[in-house]
Amino acid sequence: MQTDKSTFNPSRSLTAGLLSAPALLGLLLFVALPFLLAVVLGFTNLRLGSPLPLEWTGLEQYRRLFSDSSFARAMLNSLLFALVVVPLQTGLALALALLLNQRLSGILWFRTLFFMPVVFPLSLVAVVWALIYAPGPNGMLNSFLQLLSLGAWTPRDFLHDIHLALPAIMLTSIWQGTGFQMVVILAGLQAVPSELHEAAAIDGAGRWQKFRHVTLPHLRNTLIFVVLVTTILAFRLFDQVQIMTQGGPHGATATMMFEAVEAAFVRQQVARGAAMTVILFLVVLLVSWLQRRVARQQREVT
Amino acid sequence: MMTRWARPLVYSTLLLFALLFISPIGFMLAGSMKPDALVLAEAGGWRAFWPTALSLDNYRDVFARVDFIRFLLNSLFINGMIVGVGLLLNSLAGYAFARMAWRGRDLLFGLVLAVMIIPLEAIAVPLFYMVSLLGWRDTYLVQILPFIANAFSIYLFYTFFIGLPREFEEAACIDGAGVLRTFFSIIVPNAKPVFATVAILTFLTQWGAYLWPLMVTSGESVRPLPLAIATFHSLPPLQWGDIFAFGVMMVLPVLAVFLLFQRWFVRSVAATGIKG
Repeated sequence: MQTDKSTFNPSRSLTAGLLSAPALLGLLLFVALPFLLAVVLGFTNLRLGSPLPLEWTGLEQYRRLFSDSSFARAMLNSLLFALVVVPLQTGLALALALLLNQRLSGILWFRTLFFMPVVFPLSLVAVVWALIYAPGPNGMLNSFLQLLSLGAWTPRDFLHDIHLALPAIMLTSIWQGTGFQMVVILAGLQAVPSELHEAAAIDGAGRWQKFRHVTLPHLRNTLIFVVLVTTILAFRLFDQVQIMTQGGPHGATATMMFEAVEAAFVRQQVARGAAMTVILFLVVLLVSWLQRRVARQQREVT
Repeated sequence: MMTRWARPLVYSTLLLFALLFISPIGFMLAGSMKPDALVLAEAGGWRAFWPTALSLDNYRDVFARVDFIRFLLNSLFINGMIVGVGLLLNSLAGYAFARMAWRGRDLLFGLVLAVMIIPLEAIAVPLFYMVSLLGWRDTYLVQILPFIANAFSIYLFYTFFIGLPREFEEAACIDGAGVLRTFFSIIVPNAKPVFATVAILTFLTQWGAYLWPLMVTSGESVRPLPLAIATFHSLPPLQWGDIFAFGVMMVLPVLAVFLLFQRWFVRSVAATGIKG
């Protein structure tokens, strides 16, 4: 640490404590405490308006959740969403970043454009895309697909189609989120020393070889970070679902967070909702832990 | 280094993606100026992106149907408070952690790093019952207070402050300045980039907040824009032109700020990835 040992005295400790106290108090009251409460509530049977007395039920909520098909469906949907959106969005962001990382005129315009959706609130994005997905031959996406397929596409009602509703939400999310990852990756690309590329060029490396052996190793930690953040955001999915499909049709788009809010607020099953959010947290924890491990392995290798 | 055919290929790929990225925005902008029947009738062709009617009736309708200004002011107030007070408190905490030696520092900083991983979604249910017990529902306070202290902001301030040279405090010490004066007159002027980064990131993550306002507000008086557009969308009669006009108005101020300070936005977002 940068601090000087001679400054370590009680009055200085008090000052430092006072400076950090408001922020620390906020974190304790509004993050740590509710988190502990979520864990505790998950072990009870709390349900508002229930005639049953409040009881400590241990792992009963979790046992029920894991044997409940609608929650299993929601977990599966969240997993599916992450499995599709994370690679697609990261891949697209990487491709766009590579295209933008060149000295060409007008390149900044494109960066501005691709980043623009990031400043759009998700709820507005969801509302606009709900109309893009409008059913019938006059719907925007339907007629676009008809044009592309030279008329072979039969119009679908995307948001009410059991097979298409979740992919529709995925596409919407990718549109909104790609710009953010793209900018992060672009910064990573610009940190790759240009001498390395020049050296590789002198050694006669082609485009692909330079990408594979120079760019990618340097970009690895950035990509790991981007994948981590996108995965966590994917498991937190709620806004688009709540606005575009309400979890339907027949639970095809219900996610973990959507189920948790439904349980806690619509059915007043507080304990059940809390248990679901604890599971959500464990997923986030697992993803972060995996990222740390992969990043550390990388450091040991190089 | 680029071969002859590479340049047109790069441009045409970029252009293709640019069209895909901008079309929803163009659809919204053009549709906001058309009567409803035209929005729907023209959605299937290039006219969807062209203001074929050019009227501001939809905008007038929005003001007639809902209190748009109120929602806008609510959002500005809530986010202004979260960003403003957050900058102050989180930077002070980051400063105490980075540049002062004190008992319990390492333990408490460990706590900050630990809670950084907890997403709002994981605590929303019990937090809702806490604020309900306190009678805070349907207030500005409940939308501001829980989001002021931010572990990631503290962490960003910490990493910036720890890199500043020691001479800053030494010079201040000779002048006999106290901790607060040192912070405000020497540290803050030399830390503008990190303040801008934290302000922009906080704003980007909070401006679109939907889940929490949905849980804690029921009336219109303290409702922010992201929730207001969703309820406007479900408010009969369904008028797409009006909804698009609402959308344009809610995104325009942010878009203007973004275009003006674009370099800072990009720098801030890039900063999130550097910790890797």
